[in-house]
Amino acid sequence: MTKPLVRPKRKDPLKKTRVPLLPQGVRSRTALGLTAAAAEGRFRLQVCADCAAVIYPPRDACPRCLSARLPFRDVDNRGTLLAETTIRTSTDVYFRERMPWRIGTVQLDAGPSIVAHLHGDLREGERTRLQLKIDKSGQAIAMALPAEDTPNMADDPQWRELTCDPKFRRVLITDGRTAVGQALAEAVSEAGASVVFVGVADPWKPFPGEDRLRKIERVEIVALDLTDTISVNECAGEFAARVDILINTAEYVRTGGIIDRKGLTVAREELEMRYFGLTRLAQAFGPVLRARGADGVNSAAAFVNLLSVYALVNWPAYGAFSATEAACLSAAQSLRAELRQGGVKVLNAFFGPLETEWYQAVPPPKVAPSALARAVVRALQQGQEDVFVGDIAEDVRARLAVDPKALERELGS
Amino acid sequence: MSAPDLLAFASAVAAGDIEVIDLTHTLTPEFPTIVMPPELGQCAPFRMEEVSRYDERGLGWYWNNISMGEHTGTHFDAPVHWISGKDLANNSVDTIPAANFIAPAVVVDISKQSAANADYELTVADVTAWEKQHGRIPPRSWVLLRTDWAKKSGRDYVNMREDGQHTPGPSPEVVRFLVEERDLHGLGTETIGTDAGQAFHFNPPYPAHYYMHGKGRYGLQCLTNLDLLPPTGSVIVAAPLKIRRGSGSPLRVLALVRRA
Repeated sequence: MTKPLVRPKRKDPLKKTRVPLLPQGVRSRTALGLTAAAAEGRFRLQVCADCAAVIYPPRDACPRCLSARLPFRDVDNRGTLLAETTIRTSTDVYFRERMPWRIGTVQLDAGPSIVAHLHGDLREGERTRLQLKIDKSGQAIAMALPAEDTPNMADDPQWRELTCDPKFRRVLITDGRTAVGQALAEAVSEAGASVVFVGVADPWKPFPGEDRLRKIERVEIVALDLTDTISVNECAGEFAARVDILINTAEYVRTGGIIDRKGLTVAREELEMRYFGLTRLAQAFGPVLRARGADGVNSAAAFVNLLSVYALVNWPAYGAFSATEAACLSAAQSLRAELRQGGVKVLNAFFGPLETEWYQAVPPPKVAPSALARAVVRALQQGQEDVFVGDIAEDVRARLAVDPKALERELGS
Repeated sequence: MSAPDLLAFASAVAAGDIEVIDLTHTLTPEFPTIVMPPELGQCAPFRMEEVSRYDERGLGWYWNNISMGEHTGTHFDAPVHWISGKDLANNSVDTIPAANFIAPAVVVDISKQSAANADYELTVADVTAWEKQHGRIPPRSWVLLRTDWAKKSGRDYVNMREDGQHTPGPSPEVVRFLVEERDLHGLGTETIGTDAGQAFHFNPPYPAHYYMHGKGRYGLQCLTNLDLLPPTGSVIVAAPLKIRRGSGSPLRVLALVRRA
């Protein structure tokens, strides 16, 4: 049974912070299909389109029928742990400081056998669920879990190495004025975050939900205005070294396309809040996050972006807004590569219209802020890089995979 | 009358016989700006981006790029700011005659009334009572409304509630009286705006803006240190930036006061 995690002591200021090391991160182009599946928390392997063989490791030709048509497909992830090994020493500098490390061979019911990292509660001969996970170097690895959930299983050290669990971590919610910001403060507090810093801009302006926000356990309000470089830098100067997970809840939702907006005042505000806000956060908090990726139980773990799914394809009814979200998505991709050097993940959560004031005229289905918050926390607990929340987001995701042009035309009509 | 001795004036300033009192708030990103309903256009707050600070972006020098609205911080309102003044001659900051940037001032103190009632409205009776004590307001004078509001900060300064802002200001009647009967140069206030916080509900809405700018008169707002000025006898130097067709501008407002 997993030993429950205890809240880490305050760090000994005389101790050097360990440099984040990464496991080996090179994969073939074909094998990146596993990384793509792991990013979204799916279990996908190559399945031969001609003979239906399930294939692992990834290959360019089917070992059974030599077909080159080997798309990645969702596959049954159940299997049996055939053999386990505990590694006690290694010359690899990443694993060396994480010994002992258990690995084993899993026979999948679907066919292939896979060498996987093992959860501490799984024993040789037992049934298992296999998951694809993103490791610290941003690549897919397989992790074998017990067939059924076990007590405190999220506290397993090998598992926690692959996830960004808010438990005992210190979280910064960048904008507490919004319904989503408040829902996230509540959700990460419930998930066991040890401190929830919540940024509030323009404190002279009252906002709905303020009293409730202040009453959430372990919430600490901090001055933070994402449109103001000085404010972001000052906040980082004071708190960045104590932020393990940063969740950017800044939002700026306005209707209208590119022509319909008269002038640039609104577009500038939108970019200031969203694209430049993200840039300011990345510049102010990024270097410290990246330096603290291996800083013990509450190491820096994740930078979370909340993005409209219309970052992926423009919705002209909210056209200028979609363009700004697309800029944020592109920046987030760069940020992901930059933070990876420190073993810190970037989680992008995509969602359609929200059940909030600025989507008032949009018919359902809409995503409740609390549902979005729960999905983000779950994705952090699972160590995902991308999560699509709600019917609209999932629909856009699915249709983009099939025919992006058709979707573009439909959204524009 | 012989020509005024400007060197004597400069010497008096240097010697401190004429005091220069700064009526300006420091421009900071945190300083509140006027708030419109969120679907309307908003006045940009002050922002500052470092260009270089003796570093790789410029080794030997420090400088910033700044941005803000025309009505951010301590600022000047030109007649063109309001619809009632849109067709007047010389109604924007670049065309106002430069001599108008120097004018005498009187200070009407309603700080006690404002402390008791955040929605206090300056009345004609307040002004006539003031005149009984200090004499008739000279033509082309700034009327500076002392409310001690500048001593407040943050939430208390803006005083925003569910039904809007609550800050003192002039009643419609007193603005008309000052413009038509006293030929006022402009109105200066400590609050955000020359009008009261609730002036949207007055008739006409925002009477200070409506009547003053309709007659080509000026506004100064977000002033501070009005409590350091005498009721009469000070001179205001308030020259906005020369922005083409500008409706206003942040500026440094100085009061010259003869030392008692």
